[in-house]
Amino acid sequence: MILLAFVAQTLRIAIPYLFAASGGVMSERAGLIGLGLEGYMLSGAFCGAVASYYSGSPWIGLLGAMAGGVAMALLYALTAIRFRADQVVVGIAINLFVIGLTRFFLRLAFHSSSNSPRVPGFGAEQSGTGFGALATNPLIWLGIGAVAAMAWLLYRTPFGLRVRAAGEHPAAAISVGIRVDRIRYVAAALSGLLASLGGAYLALDQHQFSAEMTAGRGFIALAATIFGRWDPFRAALACLLFAAAETLQIQLQGTQLIPSQFVEMIPYALTIIALAGVVGRAVPPAALGKTAT
Amino acid sequence: MTTAASESTTAPPPIAPPVDRTARRTALEEAILPAVVALLVAAIVGDILILTFGQSPGTVYRLLLEGTWGNAYGLGQVLYKATTLTFTGLAVAVGLRAGLFNIGAESQLAAGGFVAALVGLLLPSGLPALITLPLYLIAAAAGGGLVAGVPGVLKARFGAHEVITTIMLNFIVLALLNYLTAAHLKVEGSLHTAEIHAGALPRFSSYIAPFHGSAANVVLFVALGAAIVTWWFLFRTRRGFELRATGLQPEAAEYGGVDVGNVWWRAMVLSGGLAGIGGLNFVLGYKHYYEEAFASGAGFLGIAVAIVGRNHPLGVVFAALVFATISQGGLAVNAVVPKQMVDVLQAVVIIAVAASVPEVRRILRKAR
Repeated sequence: MILLAFVAQTLRIAIPYLFAASGGVMSERAGLIGLGLEGYMLSGAFCGAVASYYSGSPWIGLLGAMAGGVAMALLYALTAIRFRADQVVVGIAINLFVIGLTRFFLRLAFHSSSNSPRVPGFGAEQSGTGFGALATNPLIWLGIGAVAAMAWLLYRTPFGLRVRAAGEHPAAAISVGIRVDRIRYVAAALSGLLASLGGAYLALDQHQFSAEMTAGRGFIALAATIFGRWDPFRAALACLLFAAAETLQIQLQGTQLIPSQFVEMIPYALTIIALAGVVGRAVPPAALGKTAT
Repeated sequence: MTTAASESTTAPPPIAPPVDRTARRTALEEAILPAVVALLVAAIVGDILILTFGQSPGTVYRLLLEGTWGNAYGLGQVLYKATTLTFTGLAVAVGLRAGLFNIGAESQLAAGGFVAALVGLLLPSGLPALITLPLYLIAAAAGGGLVAGVPGVLKARFGAHEVITTIMLNFIVLALLNYLTAAHLKVEGSLHTAEIHAGALPRFSSYIAPFHGSAANVVLFVALGAAIVTWWFLFRTRRGFELRATGLQPEAAEYGGVDVGNVWWRAMVLSGGLAGIGGLNFVLGYKHYYEEAFASGAGFLGIAVAIVGRNHPLGVVFAALVFATISQGGLAVNAVVPKQMVDVLQAVVIIAVAASVPEVRRILRKAR
């Protein structure tokens, strides 16, 4: 039973990571750095909560979330592609932008600087820890599906081939008639859409939006993208690994065995180790962060 | 590379080359126009946000100016915030001049403040500032430099991309500092260490009464000094020249005899050291203790300051003042519109500058 509860909790924690990391893989394989994932997630969480609140349906909430995430991703893509802005600068700024916007509109819509009122969400009133509560949440299945869908898109479709070409050698892709910029816009939109679902999961699971509720999860997803070497399945495994570490930390709370701060470091430390190449180097897409022409 | 540098310092050419005035003007325009565009865009977005909240933009902007530059307290707060931002802005700018993106100023700032606080807690309280200040400077620079040195070495040795490693280190270092503070150093019931008595630096309010209550302190002059030294280093020394050459074109610099790997890690250490000294502003100048999360985004805003200041120390000082004004302005208008408006505006400034720099350059070069 303890093991089962452990697995269930790990999955629960992993779902937002799975969504966002799938988005991260899509974006980075197309050559766009995924620094804005945190912002897309937060935008998705907020728009999802607002749409769910005013419509009364969490499904409409999901649509709202996607709109919010895609809007931010397209803003990022527009500045990075059309205006050739530095992707690192804009990526960081998008996160600050969304933090500010969501807090501003939180006060405008709900007259609160910390959280929204209760919104309709998925699952039971008190989200249980067992598999039952988990399996009834459609976002769990959507999250697992997202990983498979991204892998299929990337490796089994012409679109995926073009995405990879855009990220590895855009000049060569252009020379054979691929519209790299257009591919990158689509990849960005997809990454915004996926990450926003991760954010929506948080808001709808907790039945409310609270300020900065994504709390760095977008960066953990980025870490998983890199630690998973830009491959959807490996990135998903990385998400599960990071989530398992978090679950362990929660289970160990109160025992004082390992200070929680050290468990928090695990995803980031592993990513640095992977980048430094102690065991098998993580090599990013060749044209990551570069303009196409 | 090195010969070119020494030639220009030892033997001036017999006839001064004609100064290309148009090129100079274009360069200046390229530097200033994006900031102007960005402030205009930010003003428009600000108008929209203010109107959505049902207020009049004129009133809000007037409040913002009155609450910042309109009285001594507001001005003091602006100067205090600009002090930290100058350090983090210089840190990011030095990195960018070397072609490195230091996203880690946030944790380097915190580490600098932390190490300085540790030293401060160990020093006997009677020591005069004349002795303690150099010690604090070294401690803070060492703290920040050490944190930044890790991604520097990883970049030089393994080619690990510094953007990702510095971001990841932010999380690691902040978690580590939180642990050390929580487990060993904090005063019970708080998130901060005990008070430092050795050579704490005076606030301006102890000389000039109207500044009363504001946090501005003499670290401001350290910041201005750091800007001057950074300028001198970047543009007047061989090492600075090598750093800039590496940033412009690492392969060419390598070919010219520069050890690019060395430049990279040294630039990161220097960058982190500058951010680290910024920690003195809070720890030594304002609160006189280290507190969890005191950096509160100043490291990330340093990126904005460097970008808007075009990686030039003088530009950084001005940009720090602009961003400090916007930050403090948020508090001044909070009664009328949510202070988060200014977070949005700061982000808009960053995005607009980043987006208009290449565009402005293209248009200006075409026009010439």
